[in-house]
Amino acid sequence: MNRRLLIFTIILEAILIVSCERITPSVPADDQILDGPIDGLSSAEKTRFLAGDAAFNDEIFTRETGLGSVFVATSCGSCHAGDGKGTLFTTLTRFGQTDETGNKFLHLGGPQLQNRAIPGYTPESIPAGATFSRFTPPSNTGLGFIELVSDEDILAMADPSDIDKDGISGVPNYSTLPSFINALPNAVPKNGKYIHRFGKKAAAYSLLHQTVNAYSQDIGISSAFAPNDVYSGQEIDPEISNLTINNVVFYLQTLKAPIQRDQNDTQVQQGKQTFIDLGCQGCHKQTLKTGLSPIAALSNKAFHPYTDLLLHDMGSGLDDGYTEGSAKTAEWRTPPLWGLGLSPNSQGGQYFLMHDGRARSIEQAIEMHGGEAGASRDRFKKLAQGEQADLIKFLKSL
Amino acid sequence: MKKHLFSLYLIFICQVVYGQTDTSFFFTRVKQDSSKLKLNMDAVYNRPFLQMGKLPVSLGGYLEANSSYFSTDGVSDGLSFQLPRLTMFMSASIRQRIKFMTEIEFEEGGREINIEFAALDLEFNPLFNLRGGVIMNPIGSFNQNHDGPKWEFVSRPVSSTTIIPSTWSNVGFGVFGKYSRKNWVWAYEAYLSNGFDDNIINNNQNRTWFPASKANGDRFEESFNGVPLKTIKMALKHRKIAEIGISWMGGVYNKFKDDGIILDKKRHLNFIALDINSTILKDTYLNGEWVWAYVDVPDTYIQQFGNRQQGGFLDIVQPIKKGKMLGWSESVLNIALRLEYADYNVGNFQELGLRIADHMYALVPAISFRPSAQTVIRANYRYERHTDLLRNPASQTAGFQFGFSTYF
Repeated sequence: MNRRLLIFTIILEAILIVSCERITPSVPADDQILDGPIDGLSSAEKTRFLAGDAAFNDEIFTRETGLGSVFVATSCGSCHAGDGKGTLFTTLTRFGQTDETGNKFLHLGGPQLQNRAIPGYTPESIPAGATFSRFTPPSNTGLGFIELVSDEDILAMADPSDIDKDGISGVPNYSTLPSFINALPNAVPKNGKYIHRFGKKAAAYSLLHQTVNAYSQDIGISSAFAPNDVYSGQEIDPEISNLTINNVVFYLQTLKAPIQRDQNDTQVQQGKQTFIDLGCQGCHKQTLKTGLSPIAALSNKAFHPYTDLLLHDMGSGLDDGYTEGSAKTAEWRTPPLWGLGLSPNSQGGQYFLMHDGRARSIEQAIEMHGGEAGASRDRFKKLAQGEQADLIKFLKSL
Repeated sequence: MKKHLFSLYLIFICQVVYGQTDTSFFFTRVKQDSSKLKLNMDAVYNRPFLQMGKLPVSLGGYLEANSSYFSTDGVSDGLSFQLPRLTMFMSASIRQRIKFMTEIEFEEGGREINIEFAALDLEFNPLFNLRGGVIMNPIGSFNQNHDGPKWEFVSRPVSSTTIIPSTWSNVGFGVFGKYSRKNWVWAYEAYLSNGFDDNIINNNQNRTWFPASKANGDRFEESFNGVPLKTIKMALKHRKIAEIGISWMGGVYNKFKDDGIILDKKRHLNFIALDINSTILKDTYLNGEWVWAYVDVPDTYIQQFGNRQQGGFLDIVQPIKKGKMLGWSESVLNIALRLEYADYNVGNFQELGLRIADHMYALVPAISFRPSAQTVIRANYRYERHTDLLRNPASQTAGFQFGFSTYF
């Protein structure tokens, strides 16, 4: 019996060791997750990606490391679970600007509301008379590609006077650059202002601009780029290194673009044709291209974000009375549709769509389109049920 | 002088050489009295000690060494080896009914060294004893009964280390006592000690995290806020049925006043724990613990830091062979299963009205072999599911652990 027991134990251990990788969880398919680096990075670039990943997803700020004193979140990953979209729980509130003349409430804590505070401090509240808007966090994926679309290409998609009479008249958001941002060599400025492209109203020029603002306005972390404390308004020592910020920027630049699923499914293919027929492509441009980049894997690539990076008037239903840069209160930047099908994986199994998460399904989101998108919305409503289902399936494949 | 030193050296060397072949030369193993009704609260003295001659000092300790292979969603760091803890303890009978006991733990290869217990016990009556020093707060059962060799599982229970931050001990004073009649025994413990600090809601775990207070070395010198942590436990045991314990630990965790200036209101935390152990069907051993924790987190703070937590575990251990095995005369082969759960944020989102998740489940089947009662060699398969705050698809972790733990 003892010998049998010994043999049994040895065999069992051997099976366990050999089968380690077989009975542990498997890696999800690349097209089922949003995170992960773009293909073609060098070893050094992968190492930098991992450093940025750790800073973005794992670094939790505390009082000792600079959190607050007022803040919105304790880490970057708090708002971007799995690098995906956020929910109403992680909503940002911005207030105090109604037109392109600028924010009138900067002295009262604008433009962003820090609605949380470390113990012993009082969070901000929206000042009387200030209009405000709530923004859910966007997904992070594919941003490096979007950053590299040239101003020239963006301007080529713009049609401010609707010369082609299709009812769509996208315009870029021109805004002034913060002191820590240098304009790109191929930038096309207008009256000293530059085309911005990130954010719900395209208020951020680049991923560095977006990242510095997020550390400062969302977490209350000062840096050499933005040295003022959000609570006191006074300049304080940097609470994060330039290296960490640059690593996070690199991470965002090199996060892979979402991979479309079920491309050979006939229903998906039919839905894509419906998408084109309805005129959705007028704003949600399927294919854009990057320019030159020091990151070879991003240089001169065609990609499929389904956006034109332009501002469009979305009608009175989406007019929040708040704006940024040169955008008007009813103007919103076309959100990229890639990754839409994977949104519920970061939104607790549900949809929170549109700029503030008010749409709880793709159908609801379409129906909330007004202004320049009103005609396409109306055409969608007139589709047969099956055609609508095809379109939704296509959008979920993105 | 040199000659004397040399002679002394020779005697010492001879003793060491002899001692290596016969461990009883210096030490004798102190037999545990198994006739007494032992409770979880007795765990600190219910250990195999070694005694040197007739000296009133006994020594002991235990070691744990493991290897593990884990993978989370298909990503693994490979096989690694750990020495999670080496613990040494020493007890002394100073006089009749005056005892001293200490336990010093070297964790993670010596990266942390902790005095987990160092207390003087004075017995006035079995129902009334005084204890003072570094005490192990009697919350649940695992905190006091945490020795590695007693368990068939490589990892400690998650709820008992991350909700109750076992081993949680602190400087304090209190009373304990026991009353027994036939097969029944009733016992109590009550202590005042230093408590937690506000790192429980200011830490790099992004959730209410009680173990964060363990990093505060000053807690052995002074209370963070001057308000003592109170711990009370009662246990009832019937020799043939079960032991059941109920315990409460509560206090103020924040610095509400500094230098005489009021900074905040007093913010309380409370733990309530139930524990039970029993042997059913002759030799199937069940052991479990459940804890509820409540914390007054400021309303203006981020909801990732929850104001309620709960969790627990149930171990089922079934001996499948006892007796002579592989040359050991009193060995035991067990199969075992642990079920565990920890919810770090019980409640709803203010903005969404939906339930907050941030919880984990684990299932741990195990095989353990005990060549003697003091030594366990164990192999575990562990499967865990972690769900984030927003109830997104759970991350899955699974892997193997193999290791041993032994008293020495």
